[in-house]
This record gives sequence, structure tokens and C-alpha cells, in this order.
Amino acid sequence: MKRTTLALACIALAAAGYTGTAAAQAKEQFVPANFYWVGPYAPGGSGIAGGMIDYFKMINNKDGGINGVKFTWEKCETEYNNGKGVECYERSKKHPPTGATLIHPLSTGITYSLIEKGTADKIPIVSIGYGRTSAADGRVFPYVFPLITTYWSQATAMIKFIASKEGGTAKLKGKKIVLVYHDSAYGKEPHAVLKKEAERYGFELTLLAVPHPGNEQQSQWLQIRQIKPNWVILWGWGVMNPTAIKAAAKIGFPRDHMIGVWWSGAEEDVIPAGSAAKGYIAAGFNVSGQNFPVIQDIKKYVYAKNEGEMEDKSRIGSIYYNRGVVFGIVTAEAVRKAQEHFGKGKSMTGEQVQWGLEHLNISAAELKKLGATGFMQPLKTSCYDHEGGGQVKFQQWDGTKWKVITDWITADKALVRPMIEEDAAKYAKEKGITPRDCPKGG
Amino acid sequence: MTFFIEVLVGGLLAGVMYSLVALGFVLIYKASGVFNFAQGAMVFLAALTFVSLLEMNWNFWLALLVTLVVMVGVGVLTERIVLRPLVNQPPITLFMATIGLTFVLEGLSQMVWGSQPHGLELGIADVPMEWLSQKWNINISKFDLFAAAVSGLLVAALALFFQKTRIGRALRAVADDHQAALAVGISLQHIWAIVWAVAGFVALVAGMMWGVRNGVQYALTFTALKALPVLILGGFESVPGAIIGGLIIGASEKLAEVYLGPYVGGGIESWFAYVIALLFLLVRPQGLFGEKIIDRV
Repeated sequence: MKRTTLALACIALAAAGYTGTAAAQAKEQFVPANFYWVGPYAPGGSGIAGGMIDYFKMINNKDGGINGVKFTWEKCETEYNNGKGVECYERSKKHPPTGATLIHPLSTGITYSLIEKGTADKIPIVSIGYGRTSAADGRVFPYVFPLITTYWSQATAMIKFIASKEGGTAKLKGKKIVLVYHDSAYGKEPHAVLKKEAERYGFELTLLAVPHPGNEQQSQWLQIRQIKPNWVILWGWGVMNPTAIKAAAKIGFPRDHMIGVWWSGAEEDVIPAGSAAKGYIAAGFNVSGQNFPVIQDIKKYVYAKNEGEMEDKSRIGSIYYNRGVVFGIVTAEAVRKAQEHFGKGKSMTGEQVQWGLEHLNISAAELKKLGATGFMQPLKTSCYDHEGGGQVKFQQWDGTKWKVITDWITADKALVRPMIEEDAAKYAKEKGITPRDCPKGG
Repeated sequence: MTFFIEVLVGGLLAGVMYSLVALGFVLIYKASGVFNFAQGAMVFLAALTFVSLLEMNWNFWLALLVTLVVMVGVGVLTERIVLRPLVNQPPITLFMATIGLTFVLEGLSQMVWGSQPHGLELGIADVPMEWLSQKWNINISKFDLFAAAVSGLLVAALALFFQKTRIGRALRAVADDHQAALAVGISLQHIWAIVWAVAGFVALVAGMMWGVRNGVQYALTFTALKALPVLILGGFESVPGAIIGGLIIGASEKLAEVYLGPYVGGGIESWFAYVIALLFLLVRPQGLFGEKIIDRV
């Protein structure tokens, strides 16, 4: 009898232990950290990964997670490689307790590889500031979110910025603009929009390709010297950026008439170029700096406990690090929104977080609560619009740090949105997708 | 015409930078018949070590000396750990070993010094010479000329080393015939260690020049790709071939990019260099200055 009681007690204890584990697991929200910490693009990958993970740690330590549900994550090295990115996705998608909440592929190539997989598995693919622009049409791409500002929006904001410097859009007529781009799908992304803008405003657009990796650009810049453009837009990545800035200095092209895309606008792009980078301008959907309450909270609740991700503390507050914090904020707010709808204090599935991502409303008041006023733009998404923001700030390198030189400049959505819809409709036709019925603007 | 001259001169000077990397390949191939795939990684390791020491406020010359010691150490260790156990193995085995070495060096460099890019200044501005711009409207960078002078000095030093020193003569003997060199008492291991150490020194010079141009970062490993068409064209065993090959590749790829590129969408220079090299292969498989292989059958 005693033995039976003991056995039953053991079973009961084991069961309690099991349910305890399950309960503990149920209080977790798993987000894969599929980034890159080695290779040519490691500065971007490691900085963004560090910012996002530190933000999750801060939320866990300060607030106990989202309504008591703590963030968990697992690192997987993608090396910015499509194959490895897909491998990491497959590894992380069924992670307990609810599978991957969402994926940040941090590569346009990996994003493209995951569009169909994520949609089939009901796991949102969140590509903040990269990826397929036309995925902003949520009717065709329900599980893909090129959030905050797409490449096309950014290109129109760049033209607006140039116009403001030239004295208005009317003054663009007859001006010469050269796009120096990474010869890849990423680099070709703004071509269509810039060509439309050139037709519309009458400026002369020259497209100059730089072959990967971009560590030799003499011929492109000699051509620029001959063209004598008024402005140069730099659409680079990695070593291509400092090389372009140095090459500009070499031909005497003024750096304050050179505007980089936001993947050409981090400290890692200008520091290697040394004094040649002084005056260089870059677009951004987030700014640098440590003087934001959200960064101060990370220092207080994470670094003060020696739990921070960044070995080199000077990188805290850098462009890439802060961009990772933006990734963290968007992820956390999507989970919060999903919980408000599906049940507070529960772990959310990918499908539920997709709902959260489609109902994001990070207003100015919300940003203030998050300690991120001026750090990122307000964001409002819908089933129809998976971009949400569409604004860009411009900053200038003063030789030691980035200095913000404009307020948020809104993209020309009247130009961009029809192009997005056209491209998305083409994709839907190719893949036999019936677009969802989403109310415009809602 | 002025523009053509500018493109041509710019291309020649860019070619000198490719030659700097190609020289490292030539040295090792000449002495051991090994195509050292890790030369790009050695350039990265050397530049990253040097700039990291400088950023720790080390004196320039001390940092240079310590980096040189590190590179010599890497060379000697490579001979001991990677090459010596593979003596008499087919060349493809040695080649595969250097591929492995590439990943080890890249990983170790980033593990020790981190993956962040660094700026490097040697006190010579990479800006056009004003008098030339004003008088002839030709843009030639001071730094490009400096790099060309450094390459010239390096080639002269290597030529002296090979021709006038005992070790140099031993190196040439090993290059000519391993068996004969061994028969007259030349230590193959000793020679290989020396040549890897010299290749480390060449990697340091190349790393410094490329580091000033593009910053010191992982992408320095890609400089090896720029050296390959130079080697195909100039020959794997010839120091002058590396220089002449570099000049031809540099000039032709720049002229192609500027004058042919616009008709085919641009961005052609990286593969156009290989087109030139392959064309040379068709008419002169051993390269411009490579040794002609005659097999008696």
C-alpha cells in the first residue's frame, strides 16, 4: 500500500512538475534572433541584434515582460546567407511554447526566401527598412511587414530633401542626380521610383552600378567627375560605403551633396572613411544617441547588472544599436497589442502576433511612454497598409557623431502607393493569390 | 583626351594595389608550389592587428614591429602545423589546407579584435594633387602615388632578396627543384617558414595600403579576388609578372567600365578583369612571365 502511495505521489509530483514547466513555458514569448555576428556585414548584424536583445532584457527586468510574459530568444548565425537564413527559420519556427512569434530576417534576400514559408506557417516576416517594398500591400502579403519606411518611400523622401536644399521642387528641373548603387536586387530597388521622380520633376538621373563588394570604385567616381552632378545618392552596403565616401573626396565631390540610404548611414560607414566623411548626409528611420529614456533604461536595467549584449559599450546608442532597439519596440508592441485582443498574460502565436502587427498604433503619446520620443516615428498599421510610417530623418556626420538636420520628412505616398499596389497585384496574379478584402486606410 | 588619360593613369595606379596582394601569392607559389588561398585573410589579419594596436595608443613603429612579429609567427606556425604534415601530398591537398587556413585566420582575427570596421590614416591624404588638377585638369591622388612607390620599393627589395642573399638563392633553388635543393642540404621546412613569413610581411604592407583606401574591415579578405586575374595574367611564379599583370588588369578594367560599361548597364569591371585573364590563358597558359612547362614523354 505504502509503495502504491509512494508511486502515486511520485506520479503526482512529476505531473505537477510537468504542468509547472508547461505553465512556465506558457509565460514565455519566443522571438528568434536570426542575425549575423561574423563576416563582412557583422557590424550591422551584431549591432541590431544587440539592440533588440537588450530591449527584451530591459522589458523583462523592468516590467517582468509583457503582462508577465517574458521574452526569450535563441541566436542563430545566418551569415547574411539565404540558405543559412532559411535553415535558422526552420530551426526556430516550432520553438516552444508557441513557435516563433515573428522573424526579423535582416536581409532582403532571406526575406524573399521566407515570404511564402512564413505565410504558409503563419509566422510574420518583419522586414524593418528592407525587404520587398510591395509587401506593404497587406491584402496580398498578409504575413509580410516591411514596416516603418520602405525603400521606395525613402527614395521619394530623399528627392524631397534635395528639393528643399535647392529651393523647391521647381528648381529640380535640369539638375543632375547620380545614383551610385550596389549592383544587386537591393541596389536596384529604388530605380523605378527615382526614374518616375526624374520624369516628374525634370532632373537628369544617372545610374552607376558598383559590383559587389564595392571595394574598388575608381571608374564610377571618374564618371561622376565627368558628369558633374549636383547630388549623389549612395545606395551601398558594407565596405562599399566608406570606399564611396573616400572616392568622392578623391575627386573633390562635396560630401554635403552626397546622401546615403539608411544602410549607408551608420558609424561603421563613416569612421573607416576618416576625415573624408565629414559633412556626409544619410537618411534614417531612427537616430543615434544615448540621451533617450529608453536607452537610459537599458543601461539601468541591463548594463548595470552586467547583462548587456554589447562587449564594446561605446556602441550603445549607435545607429545600428538603436535600430535594433526599434526592432525590439515594434516586436514588443505587436505582442502587447495581440495580448490586448487575445488575452493578457498569455503567450501569443505567430497568427495572433500577425493580428497585433496589423493593428499597431504607436502614437506620439505611446512613444513618450516608451521613452522613444524623437527616437523613432509614430507607427500606425492596418490590414491594407503594412508599412505604417513612411517618414525619414536626415542626419549629417560632423567628423565624430551624427547630427540630425531635419525633422521627419514624409514620403510621397501618392506616388509610391499605386506602384506598390501594381507590383503586389502582379505578384498575386503570378502566385494565384486572391487579395484579402481590406478597407483602404483602415 | 584628358579624361582618357585620367582613367588610364587611375587604372594603372589601381592595378598597383592589386599587385601588392598578388605578390604574396607569388612568393609562396614560387617557393612551394602552393596556391595560398589564405593570402586575403592574411592581409585582413595584418591590417586589423596593426590598426587595433594603433587604437590602443601604441607607437606607430612599435605597432608595425609587433604586427610584423605576429605575421612572421603565423607564417612559421602555418609551416609547422599545416604544411609540414602534408609534405609530398598532391597540390590539391595543400590548396584545400589553405582554404581551411583562410577560415581559421578570419575567425581568429575577428575573435581577437572584433568585427567592427576601423579607419586607418598614414598621414598621406587620399586627395587629388592640386597643381595637377589646376594645370592639366587631371586628378591623381597623392596616396595612389605613394602606394605605387611603396610597391616599387617592395619589388626592388624582393628582387634584391631573391638575387643577392643566400636565403634568396636557396629559395630559388627550392623553387626550381625541391629534390635537388634537398640533395645539396637546403632545408625545405626552413625555406617554407621563411617564405611564409615574407608573405606575411607583404600582406601587412598590402593591408596597410588597402586599409587606408577602404578602412580596415572584413572586406579586406576580398582583395584576394582582385589579385587572381593579375596572377593568371602575370604568371604565378613571377614577381615582375605580378606588377605588369596588375597594371594591365587595372588599366583595362577601368577603361572597360568607363567606355563599355554604359552600353551594357555598368558594373562590369570585376568580371571584365577575368575576361582579359582568360583571353591571355588561351594564348599563353603559363601567363606573361610564368615558366613554360615542357614535359618529356
